[in-house]
Amino acid sequence: MSSNAVEIPKAVYVYEIPVRLWHSLNALAITVLAVTGYLIANPLASVSGEASDHFVMGYIRFAHFAAGYILAIGLLFRIYWAYAGNEYARQLFLPPLLTQKFWAGVWHEILWYSFIDKQPRKYLGHNPLALLFMHFILVWGTLFMIVTGFALYGEGTGQDSWQFALFSSWVIPLFGQSQDVHSWHHLIMWAIICFVIAHIYVAIREDKLSRQSMLKTMVTGYRTFKDDAPADD
Amino acid sequence: MNETFYDVMRRQGISRRSFLKFCSLTAASLGLAPAFAPKIAHAMETKPRIPVLWLHGLECTCCSESFIRSGHPLAKDVILSMLSLDYDDTIMASAGHEAEAIVTEIVEKYKGNYILAVEGNAPLGEDGMYCIIGGKPFVEQLRYAAENCKAIISWGSCASWGCVQAAKPNPTRATPTHKIPNLANKPIVKVPGCPPIAEVMTAVVTYLLTFDKLPTLDAQGRPQMFYSQRIHDKCYRRPHFDAGQFVEEWDDDAARQGHCLYKMGCKGPTTYNACSTMRWNEGVSFPIQSGHGCLGCSEDGFWDKGSFYERVTNINQFGIEANADKVGGIAAGVVTAGVAAHAGITALKRAQSQGEQK
Repeated sequence: MSSNAVEIPKAVYVYEIPVRLWHSLNALAITVLAVTGYLIANPLASVSGEASDHFVMGYIRFAHFAAGYILAIGLLFRIYWAYAGNEYARQLFLPPLLTQKFWAGVWHEILWYSFIDKQPRKYLGHNPLALLFMHFILVWGTLFMIVTGFALYGEGTGQDSWQFALFSSWVIPLFGQSQDVHSWHHLIMWAIICFVIAHIYVAIREDKLSRQSMLKTMVTGYRTFKDDAPADD
Repeated sequence: MNETFYDVMRRQGISRRSFLKFCSLTAASLGLAPAFAPKIAHAMETKPRIPVLWLHGLECTCCSESFIRSGHPLAKDVILSMLSLDYDDTIMASAGHEAEAIVTEIVEKYKGNYILAVEGNAPLGEDGMYCIIGGKPFVEQLRYAAENCKAIISWGSCASWGCVQAAKPNPTRATPTHKIPNLANKPIVKVPGCPPIAEVMTAVVTYLLTFDKLPTLDAQGRPQMFYSQRIHDKCYRRPHFDAGQFVEEWDDDAARQGHCLYKMGCKGPTTYNACSTMRWNEGVSFPIQSGHGCLGCSEDGFWDKGSFYERVTNINQFGIEANADKVGGIAAGVVTAGVAAHAGITALKRAQSQGEQK
């Protein structure tokens, strides 16, 4: 390695505390939402005895709604932090889709994951392919779930509620009827589950094989590198 | 000028006491404060009777059948006379040309002052030839009658959404009232249901006639007083749902004990109607009380939303019979298998390259 190459520090502070906190809370909320959501559609085996002795569906639905609020408020906060935080906090919401460099990066990542390109690139933030999936499936998917979720919730809180006014009043007629909204709410849950499976696998794989830290960065916020070559982004 | 409602009632031998009773009952069924009873009485004493033109398109007459079984007998008598029902081909005495002449007579005589009630819908296919009334396509009669009416009531799911004749593939192009092209732009009240509840129908008519304005409608044009809540929200079996007590099989103990029909595909949670509060046949029962799930008959396109007996219904967007959980489960399985295969290849390649480096 030549000594006149651009020096990059050993560790770069990439993910600030609010971003890391949001990541963990969001992951927790998604887990609770997916499990309880599945159970709302396909309830557990019936309990016996008096109805007044049990509140199984009640608790499951409560957990779902509470986690839903955390997800929604979390996303709002995260959007604010994209504005208030550092440049890496903006990546998720504003992928540089119009630059050639970005798509070249996506193509390189595809080659890398297809075992064709042997040398992974070095990124301070997210790699372009990851960003593409995060932006379109996680961010837009979560937004879709929040909008349809509040629309379904607003049906229960009633026509005078803000949930109904802001969401149910236009979402339900847009889809046709409530049952359609339920079906789409389910489908996108599965899309997010698929994203989560791939996301976890790739994070572990990149941690082992790529040239930068992954899992440790998720916790500490600092990105460290395995070699001194300049970053690609 | 026409007689007032009150004149008609007195002529039919209804006492003033009974008339006032009717007014307070109507106020109650409309969800209005007691103070509205005298207003209804005043309106009925002073307003001329408004004729209602009741047309039938593609339909099964279940709306009419429901209507004439309105729970409160006085309400039925009064409203039937209130309606003046100058034209309703199912229950009127005249027939043939004589009957058809009445349509023209009402339209001419009460221009802009009659209410058009539409039961059923108009098929647009083959220029409307699938439904002929008096030798002409029904859609023409509908457009003609709508031109000079005050307001339109879309009775039932047929007129409101299309119902069974508009279910896929809808060979006759049966079209609900609000989607008929070139129909006069009049306010439309949708009263969906297959059929709608009798008391809901009479209450909507009473409201229109006495207050001379439309009841408050929701975003989809249904009277808010009857269609603002789901069956599930007011279902007497709701405590079993919250407790997690479900009917799992049609003949199990839970079915006998009247537990929640959610797992049997009850559409109560997605259906807006008043069945669970007003019930049917003078408050005797409603589908869920009889042990069968709600079919969602008052919802848009309920015939095309998959099985009546499944909670997570099939979706047709993919051209295959599968529900969201099946599609999603398969997708998640494929992704997991892909991840596992990819991890395997990664490990293999790594072992290879490490072998080469040694």
